[in-house]
Amino acid sequence: MSAQTIAETNARPVARGRSRLGDRLLKGYVWLVLAWLFVPIAVMVVFGFNDTRSKSNVTWQGFTLKWWGRLDEYPQMIEAVVSSLQVAALVTLITTAIGTLLGLALGRYRFRGQGATNLVMFAAIASPEIVMGASLLSLFISAGVKTGFVTVVIAHVLFSLSFVAITVRARVVGLDRSIEEAARDLGASTWVTFWRVTFPMILPGVVSGALLAFALSIDDFVITQFTNGALQTFPLWIFGATRNGVPPQVNIVGTLIFAVGVAIAVVNSVTARRRT
Amino acid sequence: MKRLTPYLLILPGGLWLVIFLVVPMVFMASVSLQEGDSLNGFVQTFNVGIYGDVLSQYRTQFLRSAEYGLIGTLISIALAYPMAYWIAFKGGERKSTYLLLVLLPFFVSFVLRTVSWKFLLADDGMVLGPLKSAGLLPEDFHVLQTTAAVIGGLVYNYLPFMILPIYVALERVDPRVIEAAQDLYAARRQAFTRIVLPLSLPGVFAGVLMTFVPMTADYVNASILGGPDNTMIGNIIQVEYLTNGDYPTAAALSFALMAAMLIGIFAYARALGTENVLEAAAR
Repeated sequence: MSAQTIAETNARPVARGRSRLGDRLLKGYVWLVLAWLFVPIAVMVVFGFNDTRSKSNVTWQGFTLKWWGRLDEYPQMIEAVVSSLQVAALVTLITTAIGTLLGLALGRYRFRGQGATNLVMFAAIASPEIVMGASLLSLFISAGVKTGFVTVVIAHVLFSLSFVAITVRARVVGLDRSIEEAARDLGASTWVTFWRVTFPMILPGVVSGALLAFALSIDDFVITQFTNGALQTFPLWIFGATRNGVPPQVNIVGTLIFAVGVAIAVVNSVTARRRT
Repeated sequence: MKRLTPYLLILPGGLWLVIFLVVPMVFMASVSLQEGDSLNGFVQTFNVGIYGDVLSQYRTQFLRSAEYGLIGTLISIALAYPMAYWIAFKGGERKSTYLLLVLLPFFVSFVLRTVSWKFLLADDGMVLGPLKSAGLLPEDFHVLQTTAAVIGGLVYNYLPFMILPIYVALERVDPRVIEAAQDLYAARRQAFTRIVLPLSLPGVFAGVLMTFVPMTADYVNASILGGPDNTMIGNIIQVEYLTNGDYPTAAALSFALMAAMLIGIFAYARALGTENVLEAAAR
């Protein structure tokens, strides 16, 4: 489900004796679905350059770059983007740290309660987001906790934790343990062995997990809507803005986030390929 | 010390999951059994009858959500399988590029993508506007605020979650097994239905889990692309909780939704073998 999976893909010999025409049709079909997946993104990018006059940015009026200079017209949007980035950064940090520990424990040791841990992690992935959001809000209301930045971070760590743990576990399971044993035979302490040998080997899994946590957090809408209090994140701000028309500045910010995400994903998959 | 290591490692993550996932579920159950209103406060009355009340009051929305989730999941399987198949067996060296393309849309907030669809499909928007002025469609034709728009949005948003697990399962199929089947004079169709398809089923099952649950509980697509006749159970929970402040009703609805999902998931997992589903979902 992650960059890990992609990185692990390797070309296998193709089964022989297939019809050429069928393959071509299927390939055309694949590109058709991919195109469909990208239609709304293309619309988003293009309409950031639309010379629209009214508030509703739905018909093409000509090319302009003027919106790029007018991002500050919506200070609340900028504030929301900054909040989204702050939340995502903190969530990535916390989730990667405790998710890596969880992944290490599950991938390396056999212990009592392992089944229960797996089950709870599975529940965190399989539970509908709205149920997690509603139950967290129940907790916060009952405990008299005021919702805001901290509660959003708590919620985001909760739903991204299992994904990070699973990504790291996959990497840990595939490790060659004899390398660590060699380090220990050469007199390295447990601590030194971990940081100098184990950690560098599981690092690709940790990095994929961190990227996944960041992506999940910055895009989240449902749980955030239940736990945000007065905090506005970028997805929440867009949702609120849909009623009176989304200004082109939203398209521009969306385009920027998309471009950065694509760049990171490409770099990650290229370096992952080089490592293997 | 050595025996304690795994417990020390899972401690922070485990505590987080228990305190913020398991404990809140208990609190939600307790809130659902309270009575009162947001002005005068809520009192624990153990009013179990609320479950019967909300289930009969919002029966339509429950059934509609299940229907949308089911139809959306079936369409996703039909769309995703051929795609995953081609990438796994014909993608060659470009496999990871195709997978990256499937994942790239996730870098745009799904709210923004859904809003984009709303603009595209608007009654006088880019698609319908020109068709209407050319006289190809009647003036009152519309896509938004219909069941088709909501299910289309659901499929659009969750399709990658169906493609990836099916791809992972197909990618693991050893091509030599297929060759062996062909050497034993299996027709191509037979090699597919008797070898490839059964081996890929765990991926399909994982995909069903990863799309049916979020589709059924979704409310964003229904509120952006749907109309008053497309209200799903998620919309009701959201409005009762965040707008009306009727916490007991909202908590009872979420608890009922979760119970239905959990029973469904475990029945499903048991029927297929828990290990398989867990492992496939974990990928």
